[in-house]
Amino acid sequence: MTMQFMLLFSRQGKLRLQKWYVPLSDKEKKKITRELVQTVLARKPKMCSFLEWRDLKIVYKRYASLYFCCAIEDQDNELITLEIIHRYVELLDKYFGSVCELDIIFNFEKAYFILDEFLLGGEAQETSKKNVLKAIEQADLLQEDAKEAETPRSVLEEIGLT
Amino acid sequence: MSDVVEKTLTALPSLLSLDSQPGSTKLSSTSKLGSLIRGITELTSKHEEEKLIQRELVSIKEQVSSPNTSMRQMKDLMVRAIYCEMLGYEASFSYIHAIKLAQQGTALEKRVGYLAVSLFLNESHELLLLLVNTVLKDLQSTNLIEVCMALTVVSQIFPKDMIPAILPLVEEKLNHPKEIIRRKAVLALYKFYLIAPNQVQHIHSKFRLALCDRDPGVMTASLHIYLQMIQENPEGYKDLTTSFVTILKQVVGGKLPMDFNYRSVPAPWLQIQLLRILSLLGKNDQSTSEIMYEVLDESLQRAEMNHNITYAILYECVKCIYTIHPKSELLEKAAKCIGNFVLSPKMNLKYLGLKALTYVVQQDPKLALQHQMTIIECLDHYDLLIKRETLELLFRITNAQNVTVIVEKMLEFLSTSKDDYTTTDLVGKVAELAEKYAPDNEWFIETMNTVFSVGGDTMQPDIPNNFLKLLCEGFDSVEEDRKLRLFAVDSYVSLLQGKPGNLPQRFLQVISWVLGEYSHLREELDPATVMRLLVKLLERKQTSSETKSYVLMAMTKLCRSGEGVSIAQEVSESYSSSMDTVLRQRAHELQHLSHNLELRTRVLLPGEAGLEPLEVDSSLSFLDGFVSEALAAGAAPYKPPHQRQEELAQAKALSLEPYSLALPISMSSCSITDRQSPTLLSMSSGLSGDSTDLSHKGGSTTLKLDGVKRVWGKEGYLAQREPIEEAQIEVPSPLRSPIQQTETGNSHSPSPAPTQSPEHEPEKQQLASSLFVGLSSQSSVCLMGKSEPMPQRFRKKAKGQSSTSAPTSNSLISLPSTVDHLLCTNLLEKTPELSEVHAAANGTCDVEAALVSHEDSNTPQDLCLSSHLPAELSELFHSEISPLCSTQSLHLSACYVQKEDSLILVIFITNSSDFAVHDVHVDLDSEQLEVSCASDSPVKEVRGCCVAVCQYSLTVKRPSAHVTVAGMVSHQLHIETPQTAQFSYELPLTSFVRPLKVSTEEYGRMWLDFTHDTKQNLTLINDGEEPLTDTLTVLKKKLQLHIVEIIGMEGIVACRLLPDQPCLMHCRLHAGSLAVWMRSSLPDLPDCLMYHCQRSLTEH
Repeated sequence: MTMQFMLLFSRQGKLRLQKWYVPLSDKEKKKITRELVQTVLARKPKMCSFLEWRDLKIVYKRYASLYFCCAIEDQDNELITLEIIHRYVELLDKYFGSVCELDIIFNFEKAYFILDEFLLGGEAQETSKKNVLKAIEQADLLQEDAKEAETPRSVLEEIGLT
Repeated sequence: MSDVVEKTLTALPSLLSLDSQPGSTKLSSTSKLGSLIRGITELTSKHEEEKLIQRELVSIKEQVSSPNTSMRQMKDLMVRAIYCEMLGYEASFSYIHAIKLAQQGTALEKRVGYLAVSLFLNESHELLLLLVNTVLKDLQSTNLIEVCMALTVVSQIFPKDMIPAILPLVEEKLNHPKEIIRRKAVLALYKFYLIAPNQVQHIHSKFRLALCDRDPGVMTASLHIYLQMIQENPEGYKDLTTSFVTILKQVVGGKLPMDFNYRSVPAPWLQIQLLRILSLLGKNDQSTSEIMYEVLDESLQRAEMNHNITYAILYECVKCIYTIHPKSELLEKAAKCIGNFVLSPKMNLKYLGLKALTYVVQQDPKLALQHQMTIIECLDHYDLLIKRETLELLFRITNAQNVTVIVEKMLEFLSTSKDDYTTTDLVGKVAELAEKYAPDNEWFIETMNTVFSVGGDTMQPDIPNNFLKLLCEGFDSVEEDRKLRLFAVDSYVSLLQGKPGNLPQRFLQVISWVLGEYSHLREELDPATVMRLLVKLLERKQTSSETKSYVLMAMTKLCRSGEGVSIAQEVSESYSSSMDTVLRQRAHELQHLSHNLELRTRVLLPGEAGLEPLEVDSSLSFLDGFVSEALAAGAAPYKPPHQRQEELAQAKALSLEPYSLALPISMSSCSITDRQSPTLLSMSSGLSGDSTDLSHKGGSTTLKLDGVKRVWGKEGYLAQREPIEEAQIEVPSPLRSPIQQTETGNSHSPSPAPTQSPEHEPEKQQLASSLFVGLSSQSSVCLMGKSEPMPQRFRKKAKGQSSTSAPTSNSLISLPSTVDHLLCTNLLEKTPELSEVHAAANGTCDVEAALVSHEDSNTPQDLCLSSHLPAELSELFHSEISPLCSTQSLHLSACYVQKEDSLILVIFITNSSDFAVHDVHVDLDSEQLEVSCASDSPVKEVRGCCVAVCQYSLTVKRPSAHVTVAGMVSHQLHIETPQTAQFSYELPLTSFVRPLKVSTEEYGRMWLDFTHDTKQNLTLINDGEEPLTDTLTVLKKKLQLHIVEIIGMEGIVACRLLPDQPCLMHCRLHAGSLAVWMRSSLPDLPDCLMYHCQRSLTEH
């Protein structure tokens, strides 16, 4: 169930996060983003969370002011994609502590790290919530420590190993 | 570390504008990114934003290239660059710095560096090569986090050619003690497998290790690889089926750690992955499928319908059940599931329900019938997606009878759709349906006109090509061909007389070609008129040069004499100096032709009369000398285009083309390419002398193209037989009795009662009946409601009676099918076996009639023969003795005797001569019957004026309304040469039917087990007080059935086909007729018996 790409954008149509799992030129990416943001924003709330777009299936869901939007192939399971989005939101929520759009705007690199820990190359890498967060926290720990002082490398490795 | 940050979901701008807000101050003070974001949010116009970002980018560029910038600062700069790129501004100058950051930074800077690389670059970017060394180093690092980062980045982007450099290191990681490393290594290998499968071939055994990993995360990751590999080669992994089943069992049984649960469902992603793998493995493989039935059943049961995630699993489960070798029990449950989806008020589920229906409808058309009302509602749904999926579903159930309605619906949708992709796709489908099922010429041409005008220039080139080929090839009937072409000509002439300016170029090309080729068929149409219309096209500015060249070619065919020639001269004059070389070529040809009368008569006139195919040397052997010379001179050998393309694709780093247009499946069979368009072909035949270069391209005017489905035949359009039509369809009977509902409640209780619900508007029912007409002959009866079943049945009966003499007038004759269970009269009116069936049915009547007359004349012989019946049979009922065949000296006759547990065929061999006949051999053979000799010793010799008797015991192999035994007798008379004679003997299936004595409970149990069924309304014998009892008694008498019980309006009846194939019958009084539902474990049996029931009641 390879995902083709994932886009996060606001109700105003501002892109907040983009992750492409298929190689595309920048021009194409921009075109796709523009078209999709437009189409998704035009959908009415009662309509179903899927739409056909070219030969792809778009699965989207709105959380507060943010739209999460994934592209999958036709034979893929739309519902499970919807739940992938939800799981990602859960992870963000757990990490940031009741997440909001601001968190994602100001810490978008963190949002990317979490996404990479959850989905890798378009596939669900780790579906255990605990494991994903553990991996992120370990890396963060490294970051925090590095901020404190230029700790010798061997200590970092110790921490990394635990 | 972080204070309480005020979080508001909606008031972003106001929040940001207040500097005192703790959240924003913290964010903006800690990073430059914060101030950038803040700055952008405060702006009001796109223009200002652009200015700000450009300023930002200049400042970033300055800093990144400064040697004094520390890696820490670089990290922040990268984050800002990523942000700018996300807003759509290019920051390509930073790419190289991102790689540098990944290379030189400490772990945390590295992380941002890698992230920036994976966001900035794609797989084919050259800069990626610079990353290889960094990755190599990090893979060897003792810091786990660095290893993780390296593995993460290679799983996302890595240059294909460099895989061998890091492969050993990644492979090594499969044995790493940390599961997170193993997991990422597996995913990296998966990525490698996707982009370069050959490179990881040698580590397949390691994939198995990963599959058996003690950590569920690693095992899950390995399934991605397996899914991919099994997709490519299911045969190679059948041995793993049991393992996958075991894993799924454990997952479903909740054996995984709790934190894999999602909404208290155990590892749903894993379950879905496994279900997909299983469906691939079980496809077309009964024994493998059997391994998984149990776990599928369990999955279905465990997944309670309460949340999206369980629906997702159920959907996958249903798909799996319909993909693997079918098991009726599971299919029923899956069907119920689909029903729940379709009927759900939630849009998402409804959509998936439709999608599932589309998937299964070819196997199980009755499901579509069950939900017809929902389908009709979805056709007018406000959500285009649902509408679109419904059309897709209808597309799959289209047949010759509902094609007009469905195509109309599709065209309706097309007229509102603005999306090119959808248009292209739907137009292709409409064209396919039109070619397959068109009911008449007018409809076909008109539909294709719409296709061409709506499809415009985005449609697949195959559509016009196929259409022209159809016109050009025609079918066997010359008259039909002519009519179709004439109609096309008329239609196009009137189109051109209207406003041709709006028509797409492709359509104009089709029109030009058809007019050029066939306008002479309309005799009263002056070629000059057509020429003038074509000239108008040439004069239009919008007309493309390709179209113009079509037009010129059409003119070439049309310029015969008089005014046409002068028009042609004029036109060719003006185009002979065209800048377009093709046009100029055409113009010169036309000019030449128009000035040369002799050439015209030689070239154009025979084309009209003869059209004999040209001899074409398709192997181009005359070029052999040239080729070998060229090769000797060092030329590269010829490669066919597809090979060249393949090589070209391989030469590129990546051939992933996710957005290429998918061809409609049906079109792939067409072998015409653009270059070989029929126009060129006909040109080559018409002007073969002038354009030899064209003549070898495609052959002759008759267009001998293979591999193209023939859809038109002698009688008109050859309706392709849909598998649907053959399937016996069970129509949901909404008014089922309480008894039955308890019996079959599990399987069908959720099926709606669409037909009888009064709130449905009549138009919808009308629509339903026209849409689902071909799916089940019963459907229309059912759909029309109670009021109108009679005309339908009457029509059927009338047809059955009248067709005796008249050969079928039905224009829709399709290829004979091997299925011979179509004797059921309700299918008669549309089945191809029509004539055959009647012949068979009438044949029996004739035989019977003949027998009667025989009896009159041969009574003495009959009597005398029956006295030869063996003693043990003479007491039992035997059929009339009918003659089989005769040779010079032997007469063969036969009858059958119905014993309780068998059927005996008795053949009497009468020797009329005075001499003994030796070496008598009787061989019997039948496709439908099992024949075994029942006599103790076979007859060898028949003495003069004596009768010998052979007995054969028969059992049914394949039920059919009438079964035949073919036979041959050979013998020697004295010294004479051997003599042989052939015969055949027909028995009704009823002779093999015996009552089955069961109790109501047993009946109920058996009913559920049986899968093959049929339903029909039969005539009720209405002359007594109790019509049901009377009717059943008649059936009992005639067909030897056992009446199990009669309860009120219903009766249940049982019988068995020898030796022990039960068939159950459920009868119900309904609207003045007898609604009969038959079920058996044997396919075809219910249909055949239904036929006999109907016959016995009609005869009564």
